[in-house]
Amino acid sequence: MVKVLLWGTLRHATDGQAEVEVEARNFKELLDRLAVMYPGLEPQIRRGVSMALDGRIYREAWFTEIGPDSEVVLMPYMVGG
Amino acid sequence: MPLDTPKRKFKVVGTRPPRPDGLDKVTGRALYGADMTAPGMLTGRILRSPHAHARIKSIDTSAAEALAGVRAVITAADLPVLEDDFIRDIQDNCMARGKALYDGHAVAAVAATDAATARKALKLIKVDYEILPHVTDVDAAMKPGAPVVQKGRTLENVPAGMSENVTSHCEFGHGDLPSGFAKADKIIERSFRTAATHQGYIEPHACLASFTSDGKADLWCCTQGQFFVRTLCAQMMGMEASQLRVTSSEIGGGFGGKTTVFIEPVALALSRKSGRPVKIVMTRDEVFKATGPTVSSSMDIRIGMTRNGRITAGEAHLRYSGGAFPNATIEMGGQAAFAAYDLGAVRTFGWNILTNRPKEAAYRAPGAPMAIYAVESVVDELCQELGLDPLKVRLLNAARKGTKSSYGPTFDDIGLVATLEAATRHPHYTAPLGPNQGRGLSCGFWFNFGGNTCVSLNVNTDGTVGVTEGNPDIGGSRASISLMAAEELGIPYEKVRTFVADTASLGYNDVTDGSRVTFAVGLATIKAARAAIRNMCARAAKIWGIDEEAVEWIDGAACPAGPNAGKFPPMTLAEIAAVSAETGGPIAGHHEVNADGAGVSFGVHLVDVEVDPETGATKVLRYTVFQDAGKAVHPDYVEGQMQGGAVQGIGWALNEEYIYGDDGRLQNAGFLDYRVPVASDLPPIETVILEIPNPGHPYGVRGVGETPIVPPLAAIANAVSRAVGVRMTELPMSPPRLLKALLSKG
Repeated sequence: MVKVLLWGTLRHATDGQAEVEVEARNFKELLDRLAVMYPGLEPQIRRGVSMALDGRIYREAWFTEIGPDSEVVLMPYMVGG
Repeated sequence: MPLDTPKRKFKVVGTRPPRPDGLDKVTGRALYGADMTAPGMLTGRILRSPHAHARIKSIDTSAAEALAGVRAVITAADLPVLEDDFIRDIQDNCMARGKALYDGHAVAAVAATDAATARKALKLIKVDYEILPHVTDVDAAMKPGAPVVQKGRTLENVPAGMSENVTSHCEFGHGDLPSGFAKADKIIERSFRTAATHQGYIEPHACLASFTSDGKADLWCCTQGQFFVRTLCAQMMGMEASQLRVTSSEIGGGFGGKTTVFIEPVALALSRKSGRPVKIVMTRDEVFKATGPTVSSSMDIRIGMTRNGRITAGEAHLRYSGGAFPNATIEMGGQAAFAAYDLGAVRTFGWNILTNRPKEAAYRAPGAPMAIYAVESVVDELCQELGLDPLKVRLLNAARKGTKSSYGPTFDDIGLVATLEAATRHPHYTAPLGPNQGRGLSCGFWFNFGGNTCVSLNVNTDGTVGVTEGNPDIGGSRASISLMAAEELGIPYEKVRTFVADTASLGYNDVTDGSRVTFAVGLATIKAARAAIRNMCARAAKIWGIDEEAVEWIDGAACPAGPNAGKFPPMTLAEIAAVSAETGGPIAGHHEVNADGAGVSFGVHLVDVEVDPETGATKVLRYTVFQDAGKAVHPDYVEGQMQGGAVQGIGWALNEEYIYGDDGRLQNAGFLDYRVPVASDLPPIETVILEIPNPGHPYGVRGVGETPIVPPLAAIANAVSRAVGVRMTELPMSPPRLLKALLSKG
């Protein structure tokens, strides 16, 4: 199981939980399962999210492997100038 | 792709060769967006709303179409109705559909044989407007009962009962705020406002579109991302991507403002309708009124600190408006606000609000400068109140490797402490100050991105190398990419030339944004060079009759790897290239990647100012930028980015602002009234580059383009506040505003 830290606004979709556990080996599995387990997250996932894995930010990269002890943080999709 | 080795000795990277585009630019040979021409070309002009908010009841274009010399007139009715909110917003910003949402919003366009006829035709277009109440202030727009800019744009994360102008909400942070504040010896709570500012690029938007009768099209434009332009325009024109080729011109500044489209779909639609090439060049008035400024903001900050300087809790409420369309900039600001600090209790709450202003476009580190301005101002005031050294307090609280960031992830190797220590050691920090003078400092932060990148590297038979990449050169990327290719191949920089490809010549490349190009394109270039090297080693192995694995690449030549490989003199790149036809054909290397691991970046700015107590005018006396740049590939360009960010930030802090009248119309749409800093306003901007290697890049490169615009707002505000003895909480600190503060002080 992977522990996923959510940003505050998403907690409305997880009964207030700041951290949820998901069975996932990569970024795509993580997003797919989060959307199934917490349907309230689906609109945000569809709009776009980034993922920080052990401190490194990924904007897409579906198949980025997630280890069982990895720190996983869901973040809004990043844009820059 | 990890760092090769932290102690690599570079031979080419880190040098300062002359910029490859310099001669063309100083002699006027460089081709910018407005320099493109085509036989039979028409001039396109755009009619813009004179109202801040108005329903478009009807548009009568018949008289304009009947004018001799007019070949096409278009309105939103000539463009498809798109389902996707993101692209539909961009298209609706290019051409209003149903409502004009701000002063300057495009409502129709013409293509005519010359500019005079086009202007005359615009006057013949009759638009029947129903003027609606408007709102241009972020706080006013948030109030219940404010005029609603667009209905139905509120996301699910906004609590019920708020104004419909509130489109999104975000919240970040960790820890327990009440207990954090309970540990504080001093708590300061302040409200701040910042004005919308424009990116201020010198080159106005310009493009030339040419549709053929069989549905293919070419588009030449000044842009930060030709591939994204193709994506947007192809959808708006209902075309397949392969049928639209987009070529980027040289670019006279962008700073994020050219990461989207404004006139390009209009020119394409006019060209398709007229059957002729159509060129549109914006006037400066149009650039200010209809292209993206940054967000305006209103913010409440609360920070608690112990008497020895430890921050115990931080809380921020940020309200941003990016004009008449939803945007996500607030999310960047919310995450960046407290990123410089190692905090046990921190929370930011953000709101995006619609106003009758032009659609925000990205501006270097979008969302971060204003939030960090507010936070760093309160930190500075706490230092003043508690009698603490502001640099020591930053060092005490600085984020470092292992810190849980205020936006969630744990930091890897970062350079904030190194930049703060460099500032502490620098003579600027202890230089004496005179009367009416003040010194300010601020930390800054930006995330940096990688993104989709495709590079092709070709070894020519004469031993030279061409690199083809897909990002317009906005900050020296051709030089930096050539340097990295030369470094990897082991050949002189002068042997490499880098070209920017059109969209038909290379795979997709993301927009030049997020400080991504030197990092991501550099990474792909290194990988492409390594692929070419493998090929060249294989050719040498064939020639020598030994295994490929028995050949290694050293200093630009294939060499037998160890005594067992045999004794052969090294074969240089030029020697291998010269016989490439005989050994298997052309030699090239390619790499395609969605690059990650860009590595966040921190900077510290230190500034001295003097305020004239009689006029309220501020003079910047001394300015020093300290930044963790990772490996500086071409230090001139890195310093240029640091200096440029500081200068833009000086303008933002002291003078630049969008000023709206009661009628909701922009009052200062030109450089005479919208005052950017010029050389005579500025001292030399000193730079100190810290090279903390990014573990996510083989050479340790980090993006450097955005972080430098983050600290200046607060650094200057802190300097001015200390100089005048009044805490300044609104930007810009223009002379009238500063004089008012001085007079109110008594």
